[in-house]
Amino acid sequence: MIPFEYIRPSGQKAALDAIAKDASAQFIAGGTNLVDLMKKGVVSPQKLIDIGKLPLKEIKEANTGLHIGALALNSDVAENEIVKTKYSLLSQALYAGASAQLRNMATVGGNIMQRTRCTYFYDTTMPCNKRKPGSGCGALKGYNRMHAIFGASENCIAVHPSDMCVALTALNATILVSNNKGERKIPFGEFHRLPGDHPETDNTLQKGELITAIIIPENNLQHSCYLKIRDRASYAFALVSVAAALEIADGKTKDVRLAMGGVAHKPWRLTDAEKFLKGKPATENNFQQAAQIAIKGAKGYGNNNFKIKLASAAITEALNKAAGKA
Amino acid sequence: MNTQKPRQASENGSDGFNASRRDFLKLSSAVAAASITPSVVTKAADKKVDERIADYFEKMTLNIEVNGTAQQLQVEPRVTLLDLLREQLHLTGTKKGCDHGQCGACTVHADGKRINSCLSLAIMNEGKKITTIEGLAKGEELHPVQQAFIKHDGFQCGYCTPGQIMSAVSCIREGHANSAGEIREFMSGNICRCGAYPNIVDAIMDVKKGGQDV
Repeated sequence: MIPFEYIRPSGQKAALDAIAKDASAQFIAGGTNLVDLMKKGVVSPQKLIDIGKLPLKEIKEANTGLHIGALALNSDVAENEIVKTKYSLLSQALYAGASAQLRNMATVGGNIMQRTRCTYFYDTTMPCNKRKPGSGCGALKGYNRMHAIFGASENCIAVHPSDMCVALTALNATILVSNNKGERKIPFGEFHRLPGDHPETDNTLQKGELITAIIIPENNLQHSCYLKIRDRASYAFALVSVAAALEIADGKTKDVRLAMGGVAHKPWRLTDAEKFLKGKPATENNFQQAAQIAIKGAKGYGNNNFKIKLASAAITEALNKAAGKA
Repeated sequence: MNTQKPRQASENGSDGFNASRRDFLKLSSAVAAASITPSVVTKAADKKVDERIADYFEKMTLNIEVNGTAQQLQVEPRVTLLDLLREQLHLTGTKKGCDHGQCGACTVHADGKRINSCLSLAIMNEGKKITTIEGLAKGEELHPVQQAFIKHDGFQCGYCTPGQIMSAVSCIREGHANSAGEIREFMSGNICRCGAYPNIVDAIMDVKKGGQDV
């Protein structure tokens, strides 16, 4: 790892002033992704601003919903009683991600900011437009078994690796960010971006901004399931994952949320399938039809063609499980 | 037959072989550091060059408690907690497996929580209490999980074992050792390439059922 400067600001304002002053600096919190990337030489910030001790760990209920501090640990959120009972989808998704050790280090903000695990991004001897704009995409005609089937471009077919973010997208969460001039809110679905012509930009966070919290509005989604399909039973990134949450009244789907992981450059919300299901009986037949609608426009790149069929089966399965039919 | 005497640990806890190996590693990292200096200099346009280089290589003060002993250490910011434990404090029980948070061999407890010490910069652990495998036993009396690993033959080569044991202690403390399935899920961050998994699960179940204080 190349040497870098390290500072630990005493408070949030000092941290925001420090990042505003130095364009080459990066925040570090849990470090589970950034330290790894620095060891591999994928990123090499000249300065790290350690925000790990800032008071942004609180998980509390407010009239706008559940507020989760950006530095709350993934394990603390997954274990939280309010999260487990009222936002179970989030708890399930967090438990499906990483290992117990990593969840004890990784923060909510860091999870949102994590980079793709595309092997061409990680391998500095390979072309990658995300790591080195203009160098090409090694995955496009390479080994692309883990890669995107939705929303990719000819410049990048990498996927966002988070499970937590898939659940937060489905739960209509909002991300609260601050810079040294003020704060703003970003709807979760608008935070991450598709690769387009600029795969080097993962999201819409501006230079000098820090994620301080996420807010999840209250919901009546009493039936939920986070289903993750991977190459081994635990501790692996998703081939595909599905976040499904339902509000069922008189056998009908009153509210429904569907999002997928492992299939796009951002957590992939299935809005057309949601529209189809709304107001319809919560039956397996309807779930299957919704899954067919969801995979319209999916595109494989060779090794990952199997993901299209897997995605539709996983959507049906997740909905069945959420509704208690599987 | 090998008639050589077993190596005796010297006062500082490292024997001759290890000391020379570490000296070599330290020397090679110094060479590596020197070789990158030019690029650092070229990036230093925004600040006085001397000052910038001093910043890069400056060691910082770290207050940390390791296995019950408070320490004040000088560390370079890029040193991981794992390397600090092994190379600076000579606590080589904690193992370096993959060095990328994928195998769990480096598992230690930081303020009572299990973490991968390879992905934590030492300097980020300011003020924390670290427990390594060396800090688990009470004198000559093994920790119940250590004892159970021996009883159930929970290892073959033993390289992953310190990490497995540190993780297993947390797994029980966290309340995630209620069934074989739950243990497998919550121990999935520790890889054993010898495949001692069934015996590791048995060892953890045994301690959990015994209700011993872990």
